[in-house]
Amino acid sequence: MIGAEVLWNCLRQAGVEVIFGYPGGAVMPVYDVLPASIRHVLVRHEQAAAMAADGYARATGRLGVCIATSGPGALNLLCGLANAFLDSVPVLAITGQVSTTLLGRDAFQETDVFGATMSVTKHNYLVSRAHDLPRVLNEAIYLAQTGRKGPVLVDLPRDVAQAELPPGVDSAPRLPGYKLQREDNSAQVHRAAEALAAASRPLLLVGGGIKWARAGPLVLELAEKAELPVASTLMGLGTVPADHPLYLGMIGMHGAVAANRAVQECDLLLALGVRFSDRTTGKREAFAPRALLIHVDVDAAELGKNVPADIPIVGDVGCVLRSLSSLVPERRRPEWLARVCSFPVAPGRQGVGVRAVRALARATADLARRGDLILVTDVGQHQMWVAQHYPFYHPRTLLTSGGLGAMGYGLPAAVGAQVGCPDKTVVLVTGDGSLQMNLQELATIVQEKLPIKILLLDNRSLGMVRQWQEMFFQGNLKAVFLRGPDWTTIAAAYGIKAWRCTDPADLEDALDQLLSEHGPGLLHCPVPAEEKVLPMVPVGEPLDRMILSWRRGDEP
Amino acid sequence: MRRIFSVLVENQPGVLARVAGLFARRRFNIESLAVGATQDPSFSCMTIVVDGDEGVLQQVQKHLDRLINVVRVSVLEESGAICRELALVRVNAAGTQRTSIIQVVNVFKGKIVDVAPGSLVVEITGDRDKISALLDLLGEFGIQELVRTGEIAIARGRQVVNEGGICIGQGAVRT
Repeated sequence: MIGAEVLWNCLRQAGVEVIFGYPGGAVMPVYDVLPASIRHVLVRHEQAAAMAADGYARATGRLGVCIATSGPGALNLLCGLANAFLDSVPVLAITGQVSTTLLGRDAFQETDVFGATMSVTKHNYLVSRAHDLPRVLNEAIYLAQTGRKGPVLVDLPRDVAQAELPPGVDSAPRLPGYKLQREDNSAQVHRAAEALAAASRPLLLVGGGIKWARAGPLVLELAEKAELPVASTLMGLGTVPADHPLYLGMIGMHGAVAANRAVQECDLLLALGVRFSDRTTGKREAFAPRALLIHVDVDAAELGKNVPADIPIVGDVGCVLRSLSSLVPERRRPEWLARVCSFPVAPGRQGVGVRAVRALARATADLARRGDLILVTDVGQHQMWVAQHYPFYHPRTLLTSGGLGAMGYGLPAAVGAQVGCPDKTVVLVTGDGSLQMNLQELATIVQEKLPIKILLLDNRSLGMVRQWQEMFFQGNLKAVFLRGPDWTTIAAAYGIKAWRCTDPADLEDALDQLLSEHGPGLLHCPVPAEEKVLPMVPVGEPLDRMILSWRRGDEP
Repeated sequence: MRRIFSVLVENQPGVLARVAGLFARRRFNIESLAVGATQDPSFSCMTIVVDGDEGVLQQVQKHLDRLINVVRVSVLEESGAICRELALVRVNAAGTQRTSIIQVVNVFKGKIVDVAPGSLVVEITGDRDKISALLDLLGEFGIQELVRTGEIAIARGRQVVNEGGICIGQGAVRT
């Protein structure tokens, strides 16, 4: 058996059924023995392969796998790997490499992929000896999916892929430095339980870590038992159903008024599986200023990294929640609940962008409640409108590029989600800037017969950059106007049915039409370029310094 | 604040790059880094001296520990450890100064390891206070070139830093 066959065997044994990739010279020996039992989705750009693998993993909870050739192929993966790294998504990347005899000689399509991907992966390998390959692959598959999830890359030289391997080569992972089981945290958990019982204005903050621990129901159990209001980060949306009486909404730069104010007023913050990104905390030093902070994370390095924790707890958030629920007494907190419910919900007049997201929410309400809808976004204003106004009821129903904020994520992530969840409705909400960043994947969805529904909010500009220029750069608009194509014609050219909706009053009918289309479809919805995402906490300000409305002339 | 980390790592290609990359990316301030094989050739020991406040030093420890190839990170207190560094110093030595230099070096139990017209190479081993004291004195003669290894350290007494899950030399991993 040659190295390339060993690769496919290892992947099959790990339960891998689908991979996203793009062939090329150095990886051809691997493609040559691609088994029929693994579905290969041919993307149109390697970045899309990494992002589709990421979308597949987020939607299904399973390992996402992408494959590319050496040099340009591998480097094109980079943005997608960084995206998976920042949002802790289990992705395995296989890259072809020039033969070991050529390594270091600047051969055709040779780049130092090991060096280039070191800082955007959880771990990476260059396999220089064939008999290391089975062990390395098993380690890579294991690392990506355990502890704090993340992308792992295996760089596979052409001659290693072609080398004959004798049977019985050692394939057991050897990871003496991989510390999954930490020291006992029960003393810290007891301290946390006592603090929770004593707090009068406690708040739960849920993040992306919870879905990987499958701990959503445990969050609700604790919240209901101790009557704790719950706020979420962008990555935590869907952990707690949006219509739950204890749920306050998303916190952060574009967070809900109630959620942001609750953070600033609470006397105890129990943060679960969050990493306190700057977009979440606002001014770090002024974040939750009155709160005793309990921070639970599976990754010890997250504790104290951005915000100092009074009670840091390293551990699986599900295990910690189970202990906390058994230790914390039942309690009602009518005053605190009345207080957080008294905060205003949202600012007044809504633009076309928000109206479109709300219309989508109405049109997909049943699907969303059943958990049969996966909503994918790109990055920018439309992303924040979705986060603010679309109600999520289940984990893994929002796929969005949180940490990296990578425009172009949406379409390939939707590909991954639809491939992984063929029975669910996958809707991509995107903007005209983002969609053009990976537009070529429209061909992939047609070729792979993926019935993805695209809602394009087109403001003919880079809306979020424009918003900042208007609000914080004295209206000095630079490099934000995008002359787009005729979108319905573009879609038609790819073989995708498309509609345009120019009157917001027609949105719901247009969305019904889009959603009832059998195959893929695109609804082009023009949006005035001046629309803003509000509320907004300016960079470097505390969370309660929210701008609720803005007109020209309001610049500071 | 200065802290000495003794870091047991797998002896694999790229480990040094991972550690160096971590320090560069997170803006940790590295004072010195010395690395060499242990009694088990599949593991190396890095002695890393870091400068920073308590919060930074804790982050250094956690982020080092998070690297997959890092087996164990131990903090060595200077009072509870033996710290050594080796320095080679090429110092100006005009005829009349030679004897004075040799006398100073002898006091510090250093060695003259090379003699050339107009200069001497001095080898000195010790903790950093001893080395900096000698360098101050040699500075009066004029230092032409200075090379240092960076500190290495080992715990005093019976405390074995790199034991526990790993039994070095017996091929066993993880308990």
